[in-house]
Amino acid sequence: MSLHIKGGRLIDPANKTDGKKDLYIDDEGFVVGVGKAPDGFKPSGTLDVTGKIVCPGLVDLRARLREPGLEYKATIESELRAAVAAGITTLSCPPDSNPVIETPAMAQMIQSRAWRFGLTFIHPLGALTRGLEGKLLADMEALDDAGCVGFTNGFEPVKDTLVMRRALEYAATFDLTVFLHAEDPWLRNGGCVHEGEVGTRLGLPGIPEAAETVGVARDLALIEQTGCRAHFCNLSSARAVAMIAEAQKQGLPVSADVTAHHLHLTEHDIGFFNTQCHVRPPLRSQRDRDGLRQALKNGVLGAICSDHQPHEPDAKLAPFAESEPGISALETLLPLTLKLVDEKLVSLPEAIALLTWRPADILGVDTGRLDLGATADICVFDPEAHWILTEDKLASRGHNTPFLNWEFRGRVTHTLIGGNLVYELK
Amino acid sequence: MTDDLQFDGQGHLRHLLTIEGLSRQTILEILDIAESFITVGEREIKKVPLARGKTVVNLFFESSTRTRTTFEIAAKRLSADVINLNVSASSTSKGETLLDTIRNLEAMHTDLFVVRHSESGAAHLIARHVPSHVHIINAGDGRHAHPTQALLDVFTIRRHKGAFDKLKIAIVGDILHSRVARSQIHALTTLGVAELRVIAPKTLLPTAVEKLGVRAFTNMEDGLEGVDVVMMLRLQRERMQGGHIPSEQEYFNLYGLTPAKLDFAAKDAIVMHPGPMNRGLEIDSAVADGAQSVILPQVTYGIAVRMAVMALIMGGHAEPVAGRRKE
Repeated sequence: MSLHIKGGRLIDPANKTDGKKDLYIDDEGFVVGVGKAPDGFKPSGTLDVTGKIVCPGLVDLRARLREPGLEYKATIESELRAAVAAGITTLSCPPDSNPVIETPAMAQMIQSRAWRFGLTFIHPLGALTRGLEGKLLADMEALDDAGCVGFTNGFEPVKDTLVMRRALEYAATFDLTVFLHAEDPWLRNGGCVHEGEVGTRLGLPGIPEAAETVGVARDLALIEQTGCRAHFCNLSSARAVAMIAEAQKQGLPVSADVTAHHLHLTEHDIGFFNTQCHVRPPLRSQRDRDGLRQALKNGVLGAICSDHQPHEPDAKLAPFAESEPGISALETLLPLTLKLVDEKLVSLPEAIALLTWRPADILGVDTGRLDLGATADICVFDPEAHWILTEDKLASRGHNTPFLNWEFRGRVTHTLIGGNLVYELK
Repeated sequence: MTDDLQFDGQGHLRHLLTIEGLSRQTILEILDIAESFITVGEREIKKVPLARGKTVVNLFFESSTRTRTTFEIAAKRLSADVINLNVSASSTSKGETLLDTIRNLEAMHTDLFVVRHSESGAAHLIARHVPSHVHIINAGDGRHAHPTQALLDVFTIRRHKGAFDKLKIAIVGDILHSRVARSQIHALTTLGVAELRVIAPKTLLPTAVEKLGVRAFTNMEDGLEGVDVVMMLRLQRERMQGGHIPSEQEYFNLYGLTPAKLDFAAKDAIVMHPGPMNRGLEIDSAVADGAQSVILPQVTYGIAVRMAVMALIMGGHAEPVAGRRKE
């Protein structure tokens, strides 16, 4: 059915659009008019979004859906429902499910599961090495054909630098993007918090900043050697982003992202062992958080992602180090990003760019923008809605978030995928 | 940051999980009550009825003889019923979670759990999930805290050295892995000692340790210069997995407390150790058994201090019982 979305403020940063403009969508789900209807357009429906902001559907670089393998935590269906409630219309999932995404069949299975629900698009990342064991290369080209938009070893670093070199060379051969979690496994040494003031006070084994900077330095050297295009996931320290900035200045093909929670929380939020703040990489110091924010502002960090990791309640009901890391974060991605606008770190169009066309560019997928002819994946939110996050508002199966009882301004009211209204706030 | 988990709505101590967040006044109150319990152990009938009818479970997920025994004696001298459980080998190996274990024991109407666990934060986790009438005493959680040990240490210092604000104190050894050191640091900074030092090689000093309010020294002689109290730590061989020191011999040469090194401290300095000692590794027998050692009195005081904590927590506001003869 064709649709007229009227009365909203359209912010489409990729096209430098920001103003009161209606959108017109044809019955095949494509944008056919921006600001004015095409000749003879007769919509079969109208969506009045007066006072709201209309933007491209959000693109999340990293969300774990727990299926296959960990369905007791969440399923593709449950998390895609959470994604559309969060305004996310495209997401990428890492290959560290069980089984690992290392065969075309697995990659296709995940995508076809998502297609069946007609909700958020999933672009899988394929395994960089077989079984993520860091020893033998995975079939990257076949996985690329099967729809994988990049390759990663997930949280498991490729320890062997020769294997890493070969993986980057092979990816470069086929112009594939490699997603890296830079971390030196020996310096990490079983740590669970930032090695600093709070870890010292609580007697929790720390992960030094150098675990990240040593990992980044190694990988940058190999990227320079191989010319592989690489994306650094989830940077947590100010020094690491400074290294990325320097590499970008030298013209290396590298990008990087940060999670919304690393932009808001520090090690101090752990308080007395709050396991909801157990994340990987760890929340670091105030200075690191400031450095990440600065890098976001000057464009070194190209995207904000959720790094969604839903858990069953028991996963967090353990002593801190034994609790499972991760936050159920899809539904706080936009609210936490809008907080950065309220705090005057970035403008509203810049914030939306960090959640739409910029992550889409990193994935190399054609979305995150509302050009004429684009698929109508759209997020509508009320920028003035004040609300408090409570468990009953979460659509995700995972209720593990440190942001419960936080007050937010700005809430998703409608999500459209291919012109279909797939979510409406009740 | 304080932790109100330890106090009930009226400001009474409900759990003892960490020294951090306790006021100077609360610490002194515990020491005063402990003082009144010292004489109980010297009587013919070593019992007071303060916890009669209460059930205390010593729940040890990590093995310990000394600490468990002193808690057991303390509870028995308060007339409580005491059960000792070593859980390390039973439930958890069958897949039962820590909270399951607690809930089962709670269903048996336990009033107080004395908990030791190998993971930092275990006592806080338990305290967050028990009903309000159940009390928790942390008997050591990972590297985090061992509050009753620190309390008995400051009790010992007060008995032997008097006012805290004149004292220079050094803690020596494996600060990095030591829950005892962390609790001692919180207790001594809260009590306002004149100067608190930690002495260790950099591999055994936690990052940003100065933020806890101590001066860090890597040279034993410099660190001991003029101190009134030397608090030795046990070098935990079982935690030396990372190769933090090259050899035990080198460690003893550089950081072992020998009579020669002790000479750098004040002439009347006292020497303490939480036990069990590694003689010839962190402390020379001549010092451990010497005139300046208060290591055995520490053990005796440990019972009175643990009685005081239990009485304060279970009674809400126990009165000192000095002078009372018997039930």
